[in-house]
Amino acid sequence: MKDGSIQESSRIGHHAILGDLETTEEVTIFFEGKALKARVGEPIMSALIAAGVTVFRYTKKGSPRRMFCGIGRCTDCVMMVDGVPGVRTCVTDVRDGMTVERQKGVGSWKIEAEAGDGN
Amino acid sequence: METERKPAIVVGAGPAGLCAAIELKKAGAPVILMDENSKPGGQLFKQIHKFFGSREHKAGTRGFEIGKELLTESLNLGIDVRLKTEVVGIESGLKVWAVENRNRSYTIEASKLILATGATENALSFPGWTLPGVMTAGCAQTLINVHRVLPGKRVLMIGSGNVGVIVAYQLMQAGAEVVAVVEALPKLGGYGVHTAKVARAGVPFRCATTILRAEGKESVERAIIAKIDSRFQPIPGTEETLEVDTICLAVGLTPSIELACIAGCKEIYIPELGGNMPGHDRYMRSSDESIYVVGDIAGVEEASTAMEEGRLAGIHAAYAMGYLDEATMKARTEETVQRLSSLRQGVFGQKRFAAKQRILEKGAAQ
Repeated sequence: MKDGSIQESSRIGHHAILGDLETTEEVTIFFEGKALKARVGEPIMSALIAAGVTVFRYTKKGSPRRMFCGIGRCTDCVMMVDGVPGVRTCVTDVRDGMTVERQKGVGSWKIEAEAGDGN
Repeated sequence: METERKPAIVVGAGPAGLCAAIELKKAGAPVILMDENSKPGGQLFKQIHKFFGSREHKAGTRGFEIGKELLTESLNLGIDVRLKTEVVGIESGLKVWAVENRNRSYTIEASKLILATGATENALSFPGWTLPGVMTAGCAQTLINVHRVLPGKRVLMIGSGNVGVIVAYQLMQAGAEVVAVVEALPKLGGYGVHTAKVARAGVPFRCATTILRAEGKESVERAIIAKIDSRFQPIPGTEETLEVDTICLAVGLTPSIELACIAGCKEIYIPELGGNMPGHDRYMRSSDESIYVVGDIAGVEEASTAMEEGRLAGIHAAYAMGYLDEATMKARTEETVQRLSSLRQGVFGQKRFAAKQRILEKGAAQ
């Protein structure tokens, strides 16, 4: 897949009210096989946006989706996480070594069902 | 005084739920506070603007600072806060069905249940609304203020109510350009203070205007807006194209009433406060008197009113469980009702006050 859908970083370093972004421990996650740095304690969604990812998944008919509500209600942002499809990336925290992939439609399981919706 | 040993269970650790749990715990009642998120605070931590009201309502204090104070208080009180815990069912006998960490399920019996599940932002459908780049205003607010990432550079805000203007301003604080704020009604809907800040920054407000469609290949590249007539129909020839990569929807909220429905609480319809919601009496009891509803689920208002409603329910539940005497409960309820009334003043407040009065008339415990 051509990644015109990956743009430059959009992390907010300094903020007039909230001050400088505190440094935190970082982990590495793998988006479509590509290593990305993420901040410990943040959801997958924001790590992907910081890396400039605009398309999180495609519907069965090939229509692109990213996120809509950002707080776990709408399921627009679901992706395949560690082989499990349909994981809400806005409410699932990053973990070192985690693999995150776009799914098409409802996606398919790459591992035995175990932990459910991430974590 | 005979006291109930089964715990009160509060669902939702936002401002309303936290305050309910704090009141119960302060009275000495056993209480468990459950929330599906990994952090408590609900939507308080994305609110970086100063709150209105009097000093006792922490006016002038920013939402996330109020959140921190509530968390410290609940921590100091030693409240049993169960995070990553989703309540997925309520059975008769107040059996609460919870799923912990998305992999362990259990039921627990409550003596009282306080539902503080909040509200969900409304969607607005138009051609292109599913494109990456279209999101609720609250989504953008979470991204910039909690996760510190900017979802786009040039933003169109749909809706000029409080959420619309506050998030528009916060997007600018985070480094985005707000290209316009569009409002379908002929006049602006938000508090003057917030609206003025956005206007002073040079953002154009477009009343009697709507979005016709969003266009773009893999994500939003432009929005087409148009003037509308008094019947909300687009006026041909008034279309205008705005080059934007993000479209935020601030078109109201709907109470998250799923659990109240499962529990059989009687619903009423109050359009000014978000639509269908469980009715309640002055102590925030629903039609089932052992189930309380507080905060946005009981009519969409603000964090400040949600906190006072949480206190009302916490105080009454503590009394009903035998941990507060009647005189204390009545005195503390009166104080809280007074504070709530003072939050429902002014042009916007009066409308909410009137709507809440209708809830009390319609929704008192049967």
